[in-house]
Amino acid sequence: MRLLRCIPHVFRQVTRHRVRSLLTIAGIAIAMFLFTAVQAMNSGVKEATTATANDTTLVVYREDRYCPATSNLPQDYLRRIEGVDGVVSATPIKVVVSNCRTSLDVVTFRGVPKDAFLDDRGDGLEVIAGSVEDWKRRTDAALLGETLASRRGLRPGMTFDAAGITAYVAGVIRSDDAQDQNVAYTALEFVQLAGRDQLGVVTQFNVKVRDASELDRVAEDIDEVFASAQEPTATFSEKAFIGRVADDIVELVGFARWLGLGCLAAVLALVANSIILGVQSRVSEHAVLLTLGFSGRLVAALIVAEGVVLSLIGGLLGAAAAVVVAETGSFALSVEGTSIPVVAGAGLLASGLVICGAIGVLAGLVPGWRVSRREIAACFRAV
Amino acid sequence: MTMIECRGLTREYRKGDELIRPLDGLDLDVPRGDFLALMGPSGSGKTTLLNLIAGIDSPSRGTLTVEGTDIGKLSRNRLAAWRSERVGYVFQLYNLIPVLTAFENVELPLLLRPISRKERHDLVTTALKRVGISDRAGHFPRQLSGGQEQRVAIARAIVTDPAIIVADEPTGDLDKESAHAVMSLLQELNRSLDKTIIMVTHDPKTTDYATRTLHLDKGRLVEHGTTQPGVPPAEVSV
Repeated sequence: MRLLRCIPHVFRQVTRHRVRSLLTIAGIAIAMFLFTAVQAMNSGVKEATTATANDTTLVVYREDRYCPATSNLPQDYLRRIEGVDGVVSATPIKVVVSNCRTSLDVVTFRGVPKDAFLDDRGDGLEVIAGSVEDWKRRTDAALLGETLASRRGLRPGMTFDAAGITAYVAGVIRSDDAQDQNVAYTALEFVQLAGRDQLGVVTQFNVKVRDASELDRVAEDIDEVFASAQEPTATFSEKAFIGRVADDIVELVGFARWLGLGCLAAVLALVANSIILGVQSRVSEHAVLLTLGFSGRLVAALIVAEGVVLSLIGGLLGAAAAVVVAETGSFALSVEGTSIPVVAGAGLLASGLVICGAIGVLAGLVPGWRVSRREIAACFRAV
Repeated sequence: MTMIECRGLTREYRKGDELIRPLDGLDLDVPRGDFLALMGPSGSGKTTLLNLIAGIDSPSRGTLTVEGTDIGKLSRNRLAAWRSERVGYVFQLYNLIPVLTAFENVELPLLLRPISRKERHDLVTTALKRVGISDRAGHFPRQLSGGQEQRVAIARAIVTDPAIIVADEPTGDLDKESAHAVMSLLQELNRSLDKTIIMVTHDPKTTDYATRTLHLDKGRLVEHGTTQPGVPPAEVSV
């Protein structure tokens, strides 16, 4: 209760040591911005590559190929894949990307048989602008992922160029699947015709399996079917496929985790430095509080509370800025036609604040404890 | 009635290999309502005695009983609680917290009490009014003169209505007029509110405001005090 009554005093100390507080908060905010950005990339990798019990999709790719430009499979594999026990449906997809390298602004064209695609995916997609009918009617029509449309400022009725393809925007779709965010779905033939001698050739097949428990068995059966074919296949669960194709990004983001931890260490150092300097310059102030009857524990708690307030303000500013930038920027790291979204939200903001609060406590503990053990008379003699 | 009773009060500490003994077996009785001035050369033990009575230092030997409580035996936390209730401290250099206004400085000791915000506000306002500085309640210490700062410090010392006020050279940093005003204020608190005041001073003129004066040298009392008419003398043994 005493500490609660003293909270306004803590805020006064923070707000009235303006320069010290602003510099500390700015440092914390920058470090927390970076930490949250790294965490957002981590979340994206996790979301895109961690298999869940509900995953029932397999990706059939050309064996020993890692990019859409070199994975060429005959479209007529479709019938044989559909004949494998456990396969519910299969969709041939021709993928063309505007940029084969890792980039934040990649357009991925996915040519699909329109009716089969709608039968297979229609339920999971929400058309938020334009119409599916328009998409079905026009050969050059594209359904754009929400992120792509927002990043490029595309709306239904507009046309756009990417990867040497000019497409008409028939609609914008919303989907929970990260892979739909940066995609332009078009007619299969439209994309095949955009490439040289690509009619009848697809990049991959997306296969729906009857039950998640059958994924591995069906994948093995499909590869077995084409083992001696001229173009053998390598079949993976969708998440494993993304993890394999985006291996470089996953590794980089994994390394970036260390940068995130470095940011936290920077926050700790900043807050601890600010608190220690504050304690050193306020020896007599703390001695006065002790003289007035504040217990050592209460003075220590005030010092810790000051660290927590500084951390939380800086953390809130930095983490919130990162979340806002990630959300409004709709960033996704794309490589070889797969997307790793930058996922930031309220959960990330909350965890950032909890971490900041803990760092504030940690930074204030030792200085607070030391002040609480000081002899009052010695403090006045030292000033 | 004896308010403060010191018996064989000794304070010593080590500084390197040297044993320093600023207070050496002192016996002293201070009655309730006394205004006691402590004088003596530097290092004579005046401030040490003041700090012991205020409960911000602990005796090495002997007993120090205040209102029947042997404060030398209290734990750190209980001593802190005792200070907050029984003692008001006035420093030579005021020791106001620079980022707090006069009002907020005076309010500080009340944050330890389970009272409402309004009650705190009323008590602070009353204390500031009593020391004649209520018009400066919103000012920060840097916006006040030395005399005004010391008035705020006195308001902070009396806001909890303590039985004892200890003052360590309260006029040491003030000009003549401000010193007179501060001493008159302390005298008035002593007379009208019956506060027991113990003051360390180097200035013989300020002892005129006290009811009696004691001299210390080398940690011992060396002289009986003078007593103002109408005020009961203290029992002093050397």
